[in-house]
Amino acid sequence: MDDKEAWIGRDRAGVSTRTMEIAVALVLFVIGAIVIFDSYRLGSKWGSDGPQSGYFPFYIGLLICISSAVTAAQAMFGKSGAGKPFVTWGPFKRVLTVLLPAVLYVLSVKFVGLYIASAIYIAIFMVWLGKYPWWKGVVVGLVINVIFFLMFEVWFKVPLFKGEWNPLGFLGY
Amino acid sequence: MVELSALFHGFAVVLTPFNLLLMMIGIVLGVIIGVLPGLGGANGVAILLPLTFTMPPTSAIIMLSCIYWGALFGGAITSILFNIPGEPWSVATTFDGYPMAQQGRAGEALTAAFTSSFVGAFVAVVMITFLAPLVAQFALQFGPPEFFAVYLLTFCSFIGMGKGSPWKTLAAMMLGFALAAVGMDTVTGQLRLIFGFTELMRGFDFLIAVIGLFGIGEILLSMEEGLKFTGKSAKINPKVVFETWAKLPKYWMTLLRSCAIGCWMGITPGGATPASFMSYGVAKRMSPDGAKFGTGQLEGVVAPETGAHAAGTSALLPMLALGIPGSPTAAVLLGGLLIWGLQPGPLLFTEQKDFVWGLIASMYLGNIAGLLIVLTCVPLFAAILRIPFSIIAPIIIVICAIGAYTVHNAMLDIWLMLLFGVVGYVFKKLDYPLAPLVLALVLGDRAEDSFRQSMLISQGNMRVFFSNWLVGGITALALLLLFWPLLGRGFARVRRGRTPVSEPVE
Repeated sequence: MDDKEAWIGRDRAGVSTRTMEIAVALVLFVIGAIVIFDSYRLGSKWGSDGPQSGYFPFYIGLLICISSAVTAAQAMFGKSGAGKPFVTWGPFKRVLTVLLPAVLYVLSVKFVGLYIASAIYIAIFMVWLGKYPWWKGVVVGLVINVIFFLMFEVWFKVPLFKGEWNPLGFLGY
Repeated sequence: MVELSALFHGFAVVLTPFNLLLMMIGIVLGVIIGVLPGLGGANGVAILLPLTFTMPPTSAIIMLSCIYWGALFGGAITSILFNIPGEPWSVATTFDGYPMAQQGRAGEALTAAFTSSFVGAFVAVVMITFLAPLVAQFALQFGPPEFFAVYLLTFCSFIGMGKGSPWKTLAAMMLGFALAAVGMDTVTGQLRLIFGFTELMRGFDFLIAVIGLFGIGEILLSMEEGLKFTGKSAKINPKVVFETWAKLPKYWMTLLRSCAIGCWMGITPGGATPASFMSYGVAKRMSPDGAKFGTGQLEGVVAPETGAHAAGTSALLPMLALGIPGSPTAAVLLGGLLIWGLQPGPLLFTEQKDFVWGLIASMYLGNIAGLLIVLTCVPLFAAILRIPFSIIAPIIIVICAIGAYTVHNAMLDIWLMLLFGVVGYVFKKLDYPLAPLVLALVLGDRAEDSFRQSMLISQGNMRVFFSNWLVGGITALALLLLFWPLLGRGFARVRRGRTPVSEPVE
């Protein structure tokens, strides 16, 4: 099924490598400009007692701008990467199937804490993407997080985040 | 022979049951980390670093450096059996290692890979033993301008020696410096680049960057490629091992050459990955069987593995002697030193004898133990790779999240880790190098401090970097390395006829 997906994906190529090169260079250029701006605000010259706070970062920002401008120009006027897709739709969908659940996972960590969020995440990932029966996912998720709990809370005494709702509060750790 | 007595003192420090146990745990964890996609030397050590905060520094560094040795060994297993490089530095090992496995000579290839890794590491450790104290003593005379010149040398060699676009290397490196500048300026106390977000006052921790860039980024890449692990079986028995060992002395010249390349690339921060490619390329050019490379030549496994391990090990020399790491993993170990309350730099050799010589002694023992463990347990480690990706991937992401959280006990760090993961994925696809970014993030503050102090000494005159032969020499060398590609092109034009050999990029 994967092969078929990749085949269809080749027709619907998303962004070209060239476009991506230019976009990343632009983002870097903006970052460089922000650094220059903030260094200028703090003072990028010679103060009464030596170099001011922005003295060093000013040049860093300048170099980011120069190097990203050159990269963008090379991508725009060079021949390489023009027709090459950065990523086709099929593989990109696979990337998103990892990335989006990971974002939800981190979001849920905030409320239920690392252990419970991790167990749920592993279980759902296995059942949804790995097509495992649901009980296998639950068992693997639980066992792994019990091991983590013992390792961090009990053996190494490094407490992990238990979430704003603190559902594991009854354990006393 | 002061070094030898110091080394024996080091062995005495290491040879306690607790340290030996940590060494074994470190090696086994390291090989597992090396075998798994998405976990590597740098982020593996970064994730486990918080677990060592309560240990004595010497025990902690022994365990962490052994994880590094283990990861170096582990990369070869996946390259040879699965044609998937577990680590970037074992890409070159796949060229001849996997064909050998396809021909049913997996045992031979694995034995050769492990043994030559061991030889490479051993030569590098011997070099560290005798060279590092000298370098440290020499560096005691360094003032701020000299230190800044050495930083300059480190970063210029990245641009000059890098295989990709120098502008991308420069951009990635400067992004690292910019991220390092975020937060409180230690000299004036002013807040820089935080734009009102008080959470950013601490700045960006490079451990988070390492976990995200190398861990999450790698998982996203593996997912895009839709990895399916279909490997050859690993059968190693004593007979194969001894037969292979009998063949290896024939390649002494390749071993020696790759050791030299590796040591050089490790000390100048070229790193293990280019060292392995360069060793492979040179061996291919020099060997009488050069044309047969890529079809399963033993020599094609020996060369890159020796180079990679020699480079990976000697990357610790500048870290110990100067406080300047030669690779991302060395940078993470350096971060560990700061956390355990040790001041990295040349004074380490005089003030923390137990620590330094304990570490060096553990390099000898760790590599011997590593060789024995990997030779005996290969099937076990290969079995880990047969666990389906849909189980491994979420577990690795969870491990990365826990690792990112434990650095500062901050929720924001987990978000930053994800962000760095996306950045790592995009940068890898566009050939922006990640190592200079990480090193700049680690060294940013100290490079800035030494630059400012130099400027204070000279009242803002740049000529301070050429004020005496020492600092002038280092600066000149830095500039030479920076413009090396241009000079190289000039030489090539003069010596026409010999076409430059292009090597694959990381």
